[in-house]
Amino acid sequence: MSALKQRIDSLLIEPGCATNQAKSDKARKEGCKKPLTPGAAAGGCAFDGAKIALQPVVDVAHLVHGPIACEGNSWDSRHVYSSGPQTYRTGFTTDMAEFDVIYGGEKRLYRAIKEIVDKVNPPAIFVYQTCLPAMIGDDVEGVCKAASAKFGTPVIPVNAPGFAGSKNLGNKLGGEALLDHVVGTLEPEYTTDCDINLIGEYNVVGEFWQVKPLFDELGIRVLATFCGDARYSDIAGSHRAKAAIMLCSQALINIARKMQERYDIPFFEGSFYGIADMSDCLRRISRLLVERGAPADLPARAEALIAREEARAWARLEKYRARLAGRRVLLFTGGVKSWSVVSALQEVGMEIVGTSMRKSTQGDRAKVVKIMGTDAHMFDELPPREMYRMLKESKADVMLSGGRSQFVALKAKTPWVEINQERHHALAGYEGVVNLVAEIDKALYNPIWAQVRQPAPWEQPEGWGERVATA
Amino acid sequence: MATIIPGRKACTTNPLKMSAPIGAALAFLGMDRALPLLHGSQGCTAFGLVLFVRHFRETIPLQTTAMNEVTTILGGLENIEQALLNIKKRANPALIGLCSTGITEAKGDDVAGFLKLIREKHPELAGTEVVFAPTPDFVGGFSDGWAKAVGAMIDALVPTTKVRTPWQVNILAGCHLTPGDIEEIRETIEAFGLTPIVLPDLSGSLDGHIPETFLPHTLGGTRLEDVRAMGASAITIAIGEQMRPAAELLEKKTGVPFRVFDRLTGLAACDAFIALLSDLSEQDVPLKYRRQRSQLQDAMLDGHFYFGEQKVAIAAEPDLLFALSHFFADMGATVTCAIAPQDAPVLARVAAETVRIGDLGDFEEHAAGCDLLVTHSHGRQAAARLGIPFWRAGLPTFDRLGVAHKVTVGYRGTRDLIFEVGNVFMEQLHAHEQHVTPASLRPDLHRTGPAPAVDAPARAGH
Repeated sequence: MSALKQRIDSLLIEPGCATNQAKSDKARKEGCKKPLTPGAAAGGCAFDGAKIALQPVVDVAHLVHGPIACEGNSWDSRHVYSSGPQTYRTGFTTDMAEFDVIYGGEKRLYRAIKEIVDKVNPPAIFVYQTCLPAMIGDDVEGVCKAASAKFGTPVIPVNAPGFAGSKNLGNKLGGEALLDHVVGTLEPEYTTDCDINLIGEYNVVGEFWQVKPLFDELGIRVLATFCGDARYSDIAGSHRAKAAIMLCSQALINIARKMQERYDIPFFEGSFYGIADMSDCLRRISRLLVERGAPADLPARAEALIAREEARAWARLEKYRARLAGRRVLLFTGGVKSWSVVSALQEVGMEIVGTSMRKSTQGDRAKVVKIMGTDAHMFDELPPREMYRMLKESKADVMLSGGRSQFVALKAKTPWVEINQERHHALAGYEGVVNLVAEIDKALYNPIWAQVRQPAPWEQPEGWGERVATA
Repeated sequence: MATIIPGRKACTTNPLKMSAPIGAALAFLGMDRALPLLHGSQGCTAFGLVLFVRHFRETIPLQTTAMNEVTTILGGLENIEQALLNIKKRANPALIGLCSTGITEAKGDDVAGFLKLIREKHPELAGTEVVFAPTPDFVGGFSDGWAKAVGAMIDALVPTTKVRTPWQVNILAGCHLTPGDIEEIRETIEAFGLTPIVLPDLSGSLDGHIPETFLPHTLGGTRLEDVRAMGASAITIAIGEQMRPAAELLEKKTGVPFRVFDRLTGLAACDAFIALLSDLSEQDVPLKYRRQRSQLQDAMLDGHFYFGEQKVAIAAEPDLLFALSHFFADMGATVTCAIAPQDAPVLARVAAETVRIGDLGDFEEHAAGCDLLVTHSHGRQAAARLGIPFWRAGLPTFDRLGVAHKVTVGYRGTRDLIFEVGNVFMEQLHAHEQHVTPASLRPDLHRTGPAPAVDAPARAGH
């Protein structure tokens, strides 16, 4: 446990993190540990975060060592896509029973690993530690080491028990497992001067595939994604990349920073959400690759691609402008960067009446202020009751949020579009912006809104008779 | 008698089972102005919450004591105390349903003792009942947690009484009943002039209504005053064997006799239920139910062609598995593969030769060759691989609309169930047309040009 504690402490003072950089020395040393409030907490645990970050490695068997709650209640709920192997969609767990709690779960874990090797024979097995075995002292790292040696299959311990902290911390602990045990263990078949890593891209509903053709066209090879549609060998050979883009609000910043330190892979923070951001990513990665030895014409080719794609996207957005201009959006999200979406919506003339900054960094805040001209509409927290009141009083025409607050909007009879990790529509790249706007348009213009807002006949002020007479 | 085959694998593959704490939490969600609170790390609550939101398509009030590694080792008294005070301040519910989890049970937190201390220290908690259900994640599963919560509520909330209200009937509803099922049961009882008290009553809280305001606790469900009045009822009707211990406890406390209905799906089961209500109320069976019974008979006549000798694989919580297995057996189908997530006494009476305690990996292995797969939505991967028609039953059903309103109890519910499942079988008749056509008559085998691309690339299928 003490090794885990040290690991957590080091992640909580992550020097690459913009939030930390903005702090005083003293505040930085204290770290980011926000104690949760019992009875008023929301959100997933560290295990959840580690699983979200790593499960998109599609050819790996993901084995959860714990009682049934951890995997049984949560599996098969994330829409990350694979272009090939489906192994990642199988839920494996040791389903610890009373006997295992009393005598320790190590033997069961070892046998479970053996069963997976025998039946599935994946290129690697990721073993997730959870609260209960961590508490009773199961030596997951020891079991993984012994199993790796015995079966000749890499068995990777992911030490992120739920009670270690938040989902965000879990993302990083998952990243640490890759840094400790996977990255640099295999060599890629070949390398090019244009090999890059995408860090924090999970291929939710196939979003990675919306941007991959852009890279392909420029001759930029995505050597590894962390971890959308990734294969084990991609991650293992990712240390040979020439540059990296860090996505998703620094969820995996530790990977980006440590790979820069260890393997000299420079990175920048970017986003695939919004036209300007997508173009910015392509520009910056092209320039960075040229510095690293890529052909000098890469930036020029990128500009040509950007000009073509932007023009195409604008043309496709044009028809929505008249329909959406002036419509008011309440944006409530953690995952997809608020400011990226904000700029995308402003591109079609929508008005942002509020946005949450829950998981955003100081830098994000500054960007939102710059884009919106004020911080008046930024919420750190918006309790469901308050959110409901805003919508009920028609302070917004549409809400964009994660699934958790979906029904707050719907019960307030307000159009709603899903934009978090559970989303069903791919929103990345030039294609994604058009998708998002099309989804908003579809939601806003559905004919049900007028119908469901109609009061019941017995609530009509003029009474029954008149209504029947005019019907 | 079915033979029970216990699981022997170390690795559960594609879990069928869900944890006891969230089973208990759902029971508490059937109470009015209630807020379930899981005593564990915040992930325990987050996973349960997402699961219920996906199934019911509703906001789910569910809180956590947010234990971390230090508080777990030191004990959770302070976290429970803070959680109760915070909830009282923010939500002021009538009932907080406290459910323990794996870590706090393994640590051995004396929650009952904690609650006593907290009550003494904080008179401001008055007006909010706190009921504790001990539910370690590593013992039993979802229906066990549900049963424990119901038992805990009877234990904590029902006073002893000598009063008897002859027209009042207790219903202890098992976790396999949908809000729609409960509504059907209530209406049937009321049609006999009786007054039902349903515990827990998901039909009040999770039936998908639109409240006039947004509240951080349930709105609708069994009210505390109803639970307190249960000791005065004429009889307790327990639906599902999982409710037997709760019915026994209630009888022991209050002397209210009970009767367990192991299912309310199927003609004979419904007849017994209607007969009981008629006896209790001393009223004739209303015309409506006579007509519905006749409709059910007709549905059985029309439907039996499609059910006869069909091989069915079912994986479900014990009481649902029991009810569905007998439904299929009643219609002439055979349950050739029966899987339960955890053991329960009722499994010995499932209408199948064997019942395996297992997961959806076992289901996929043993269901090969069946005509129909029946399980919750997690069975979709197995169904896609096996290429066998899949009919969804149980929680979670996250890829179908209207699951809260699906009714499979009573004459009418059984009638509709025959139609729904019968249609799946009927569709297969047509799908199999090709296979029985002699090769010499099949145009696709006489094609001269290149064969058409049959298998489009498999879609990710989420």
